[in-house]
Amino acid sequence: MTRTEFWQGNTACAEGALAAGCNFFGGYPITPSTEVAEHMAAKLPKKGGVFIQMEDEIAGIASIIGASWTGARAMTATSGPGFSLMMENIGFAAMTETPCVIVNVQRGGPSTGQPTMSAQGDMMQVRFGSHGDYAIIALCPATVQEMYELTVKAFNLAEKYRVPVFLMADETVGHMREKIIIPDKVERVDRKPLVPGALPFKAEADLVPGFPQFGKGHHVHVTGLTHDERGYPCATNPKLHASLVQRLVDKIENARDEMADYDVINPDASRVFIAYGGPVRTVQQVMHDLKDKDIGFLRIRTVWPFPEKALAEFKNAKAFFIPEMNLGQMAREIERHVNVPVVSIPKIGGELHTPADLIAVLEAHP
Amino acid sequence: MSYEDWYRQDRLPHIFCAGCGNGTIINCTLAAIEQMDWKKEETVFVSGIGCSSRAPGYILTDSLHTTHGRAIAFATGVKMANPDLHVVVFTGDGDMAAIGGNHFIHACRRNIDLTVICMNNQIYGMTGGQGSPTTPKGCLSSTTPFGCAETPFDLCELATAAGANYVSRWTSYHVKELEKAVKVGLETPGFSFIEALTQCPTAFGRRNKFRQVSDHVEYLRSHSLLKAKRDRMLENHEQIPEDMYIVGEITRRKRPAMGVKP
Repeated sequence: MTRTEFWQGNTACAEGALAAGCNFFGGYPITPSTEVAEHMAAKLPKKGGVFIQMEDEIAGIASIIGASWTGARAMTATSGPGFSLMMENIGFAAMTETPCVIVNVQRGGPSTGQPTMSAQGDMMQVRFGSHGDYAIIALCPATVQEMYELTVKAFNLAEKYRVPVFLMADETVGHMREKIIIPDKVERVDRKPLVPGALPFKAEADLVPGFPQFGKGHHVHVTGLTHDERGYPCATNPKLHASLVQRLVDKIENARDEMADYDVINPDASRVFIAYGGPVRTVQQVMHDLKDKDIGFLRIRTVWPFPEKALAEFKNAKAFFIPEMNLGQMAREIERHVNVPVVSIPKIGGELHTPADLIAVLEAHP
Repeated sequence: MSYEDWYRQDRLPHIFCAGCGNGTIINCTLAAIEQMDWKKEETVFVSGIGCSSRAPGYILTDSLHTTHGRAIAFATGVKMANPDLHVVVFTGDGDMAAIGGNHFIHACRRNIDLTVICMNNQIYGMTGGQGSPTTPKGCLSSTTPFGCAETPFDLCELATAAGANYVSRWTSYHVKELEKAVKVGLETPGFSFIEALTQCPTAFGRRNKFRQVSDHVEYLRSHSLLKAKRDRMLENHEQIPEDMYIVGEITRRKRPAMGVKP
């Protein structure tokens, strides 16, 4: 039996994690994500899981990576300043192919910025923030329902691809309260175990090696150093480094279409909005108010890897309009995939675009 | 089985310099683990970055070689998620007391059931000999070319003040004592901290008038003062020389601990 609730986005995120089988949460309080940790603190121990408040965000992500190697489905939640602190260990998780989920309820930055206000300023940081080349998966919820569903999905993608997966929410969606329908069961994907005797970092065709869980007798050495298929450090071998890092990127980038998650509305339109997260709501209001079949809407949930094939679904598009709560981060990514004008509609300061903001831009681009 | 069976033979040769004391400390640790009768599949070594942190890579168990300073935070996740695992952290003075200082004191405060072995060579060896939080006053390093002006940490006092259940200090000279101390650490529920002062001929010794490895080991021996003797001297109002290292069991207690195997 499904049930209906009236929840805050952060609560829905925590409940989604619990439904997805999350059994380890390590984190540090930070506005506007704290309710995720608070909810996990209250609920996780009762379900036999572990909640631990660490001494900082660096330790928060370190603890979930450690937990993940024992087989736990592990998560942390933070916002901008904490996210910046996590960057080095995010690279470690990518390099060591550690499944984990990181929630970033974005607030205004840089620095301490606007702790209680909304933003989408970390969209490039999530993709490129740690040093070196790597690839990750990032999902953007626009509703409380999606805070739940995309958290579940984040766990399953992390397990399937052995990669850190990010729920890139924003303060608007994190603190908004609205109706949510809770399914009685959610999909569950588990990491593929290492076949005994196989090399721990040797991948097959899907580029994802089997997982050698700690405590199972695999005697696996896990290191952030460039390593060979045995997991042994091999940091001065140029070919080995190139093939390892290329695989880490390819295993995500090659699955771009498979994990693409988006809605196409009015595919024949000539003017097309593209939005993710909070601004989706403003675009929805504009679509509702204008009722114009010539205005299209691409609503994106999987932001990284960017679902570029979705852009091709708008064959008559003469311009794309990108409202974002940043100074045009994803607009730049979209620009490199299309040959028509891309109109960035940036808004910073902590508030959503109003429908009038977007209509004014449409009127300026008839 | 002997402790030699715990090594990954296929990883040899190791990266440690001739005369390095780290191997001695790894041997003492593995000998203590042998006595505990722990199985390889239930033992996990965790480390950060630095010479000390290369140790787990040579040991045939599950091992997690992490980021600089963060070993104890990673180990906390491993231990809390699966208390059935025995979790041992190898770290160094730079890794644990500088960049990782916060994780160290909080793990002591939580009294989480880890055994942390700090190979304190009083220098950043891997990066070529920079001053660390335990470099003694006046000692030369590449970043203290006029002599270290800062006061070093007393790591054992720090661990005790922060709440660890077991704290002990020995040197690479005191192999029997060190092995016993590690064993007590492994047996003790809660946070166990063992500081092992060790020689680093390449980065520390050659800059600080220890031309021979044996000169430095002899210095560590002759500048070790048993805690019991120190306590007697204090009772008798005798002066404790400033350049002595207090060795022995510093702290043993039974504060409530986290992550202990049920």
